[in-house]
Amino acid sequence: MEKTPDKISSAAEKNAVLNLKETELRLGLPGSEFLDKKATGFSLFGKDLKDETNKNIFSGAKRVFSDAIDGSNKWGLCINGGSEVDLGKNDVLFSPRGANGGVKNTNILQSSHPAKEVPPQPAKGKKNENGGPSTTPASKAQVVGWPPIRSFHKNKLNTNLSRNNDVAAGKSESSCLYVKVSMDGAPYLRKVDLKTYCSYAELSSALEKMFSCFTIGQYASHGLRGKEEVNECHLMDLLDRSEYVLTYEDKDGDWMLVGDVPWAMFTDLCKRLRIMKGSEASGLAPRVIAKCKSQH
Amino acid sequence: MAQSFPEDVLVHVFSFLNCDKDRNAVSLVCKSWYDIERSSRRRIFIGNCYAVSPEILIRRFPDVRAVELKGKPHFADFNLVPEGWGGYVYPWVVSMARAYPWLEEIKLKRMVVTDESLELISKSFKNFKVLVLLSCEGFTTDGLAYIAANCRNLRELDLGESEVEDLSGHWLSHFPDNCTSLVSLNISCLVSEVSFSALERLVARSPNLKTLRLNRAVPLEKLPNLLYCAPQLVELGTGVYFAEIQSDIFSNLAEAFLGCKQLKGLSGFWDVVPAYLPAMYSVCSRITSLNLSYATAQNPDLVHFVSQCSNLQRLWVLDYIEDTGLEALAASCKDLQELRVFPSDPYDAEGNVTLTEQGLVAVSEGCPKLQSVLYFCRQMSNAALVTIARNRPNMIRFRLCIIEPRAPDYLTLEPLDTGFGAIVENCKELRRLSMSGLLTDRVFEYIGTHAKKLEMLSIAFAGNSDLGLHHVLSGCESLRKLEIRDCPFGDKALLANATKLETMRSLWMSSCSVSFGACKLLGQKMPRLNVEVINERGPPDSGPESCPVEKLYVYRTIAGPRVDMPGFVWTMDEHVSSRLSRATE
Repeated sequence: MEKTPDKISSAAEKNAVLNLKETELRLGLPGSEFLDKKATGFSLFGKDLKDETNKNIFSGAKRVFSDAIDGSNKWGLCINGGSEVDLGKNDVLFSPRGANGGVKNTNILQSSHPAKEVPPQPAKGKKNENGGPSTTPASKAQVVGWPPIRSFHKNKLNTNLSRNNDVAAGKSESSCLYVKVSMDGAPYLRKVDLKTYCSYAELSSALEKMFSCFTIGQYASHGLRGKEEVNECHLMDLLDRSEYVLTYEDKDGDWMLVGDVPWAMFTDLCKRLRIMKGSEASGLAPRVIAKCKSQH
Repeated sequence: MAQSFPEDVLVHVFSFLNCDKDRNAVSLVCKSWYDIERSSRRRIFIGNCYAVSPEILIRRFPDVRAVELKGKPHFADFNLVPEGWGGYVYPWVVSMARAYPWLEEIKLKRMVVTDESLELISKSFKNFKVLVLLSCEGFTTDGLAYIAANCRNLRELDLGESEVEDLSGHWLSHFPDNCTSLVSLNISCLVSEVSFSALERLVARSPNLKTLRLNRAVPLEKLPNLLYCAPQLVELGTGVYFAEIQSDIFSNLAEAFLGCKQLKGLSGFWDVVPAYLPAMYSVCSRITSLNLSYATAQNPDLVHFVSQCSNLQRLWVLDYIEDTGLEALAASCKDLQELRVFPSDPYDAEGNVTLTEQGLVAVSEGCPKLQSVLYFCRQMSNAALVTIARNRPNMIRFRLCIIEPRAPDYLTLEPLDTGFGAIVENCKELRRLSMSGLLTDRVFEYIGTHAKKLEMLSIAFAGNSDLGLHHVLSGCESLRKLEIRDCPFGDKALLANATKLETMRSLWMSSCSVSFGACKLLGQKMPRLNVEVINERGPPDSGPESCPVEKLYVYRTIAGPRVDMPGFVWTMDEHVSSRLSRATE
């Protein structure tokens, strides 16, 4: 095919139309507009953010969990935003009809960031001759299932690379880390890629959306503050009041409350996640506190 | 018309027909041929487990010895199919346990297999020989223990790349001492360490063992022990290929490989230490299949090793091979038929290696038998694609993934329509195509016009309008599987080509623009299709009918709507509206 002079401009035109069309056709997942409009203020971990100052739970924390959560941590509850629909949906979801539903293990997270799937502008060149900054930041949120590599392969390669990191200096860490997420009472597990999130806020928001179908409970923040003392009584209060807490299994096999270490460290330590009933987690706290105390 | 041959003769003649296509044709000739054929068919392949039911299978084919089933759609490999979707093998095992006591082989792909299923398999089929589980999940090593313990004549146990809940390595010790029938064992997906002495004894008492793929936990220092027990191996998957650099480890390894005169395939290589690669040099010239997709070695070690394998037919490798390595490959491996290059760092936008379109062009020039390609890279041009197409008109499978979605021709900034158009126009035998980069409706026009032998097409972030989808559905005569994600394809093309869908195995569309109303209409009008809507965020009728569904999976079936769907999957049929309203009461 011959290249005509107006080819490039027509391609650009078409692409402009494409972008327009994308907006028109709402390629974002259905309900995403609902999530914006019908925020009901439920939050998994970020409730009572204004009361951050009293959330002095763990000592030695380098970063504040709730700090990381945006002040406007509101999220919509599924599509309909109404708790009665959730209860109805619970019934539907909990009864897999028919034959052996014995699915034992891992599950898959669906993209919770439709808004972040910004298609790159087609006219931009990859190698910017002018030496200006690339328009694709390396930390941009990943699209689910892209590039199309089997997670099996990614995970196996992961462990390769992190080992070889000792050998090959300067090599960037490979960027995929699937961990299982279970929730007490939910009929099936999910799997999330921790590397698709940059903060506890994103993770909590994603988990809310994933598991909101199973619960409409309220959650307490167990955010942390810099160097304050662990307040054991305070933690107990919190856990008693909350219905669910998010915990993780670390490399030592211990179950910890999420939020005790900086995010980047957390992604290294976390082997799996569990959304636990608050009453069960209160047994967790003393050990956690002891662990924190022992680190100082 | 009187039958010319007695039944015995026909049975004998049909016994020479092994391929399903021929048997299907024969069974259409007349009723008696149908009956004879069905009672003599021993091997069954079901590409979509929901297209037919166990009962229908057993009713038609009463004496089957080998069954192959596939479950989830291909995009499940990339986490696009939510957990709990389906693909359970248990009901099949239950029915077959009753009907096929002489069943010998079960091969499954992307299915959910439980320990219960494995136990039932191990106890129901006295002559069970072959179990292949590719990309399956749902079972633990306890289930494997049943297979090891009870299948007296087990020949093949291949766990593929399944997700196994690994409770311990103890299961391997359940193989009884008098089990000597193993021909193929692939445990590469397992994490736990198996007892090495149990493994060694098992290998030593299996004189017919041809394929052995170890898991990572098997240390390199112990590999020679296994090689000495099985010098007849044809395919070897190493365990971890890492050890402290010690000369005795190296010499042991090299000497052990010297004894492997039949070795043709190599895989494994986790944590590879390049210094140990030369231990395999003695076998390299016989190697035809090399899977280095977990080997993080770089050039020059990597290319040096690969270039030793002058008879290589299949190479899977990471992009550490770079353009220079591929050029060397093109020069030294003239028998190469299949090349797969995987990204070492898929999420890094800039990339850390020099692997570009040039590498693929070089291989297409230097390797006249190249017919199957899977290539991940970060830049592509129409010119390169045209060159590749002209070099390799014999291409059968071409899968190109440019890491950045919608990336244009990096030289001209145009869409890659021309390049992919050249591929389909020149490669007249093309059966499988995956595309990426910036693509408009025009590329689909080329595909519809030229890709007459195309059976499977994968599309992502491409096209402008329904016209694109329409070109494909109306033009590709041989199309069996179509999978689409994040494309602006909607109702019009789908509904206009509804009957085409009955000629295909399946259609997958996710993050497109197909409305709930259109799905309902399709499901109601086409009773021989299952039109399944996957909406994780809530029932599809919670918004207006024009609201797009999240994911759509359409497949032909004679088994009717399935009954094992999870709460986020809805079948569109005439009952869908009442089912939905009941659910929200």
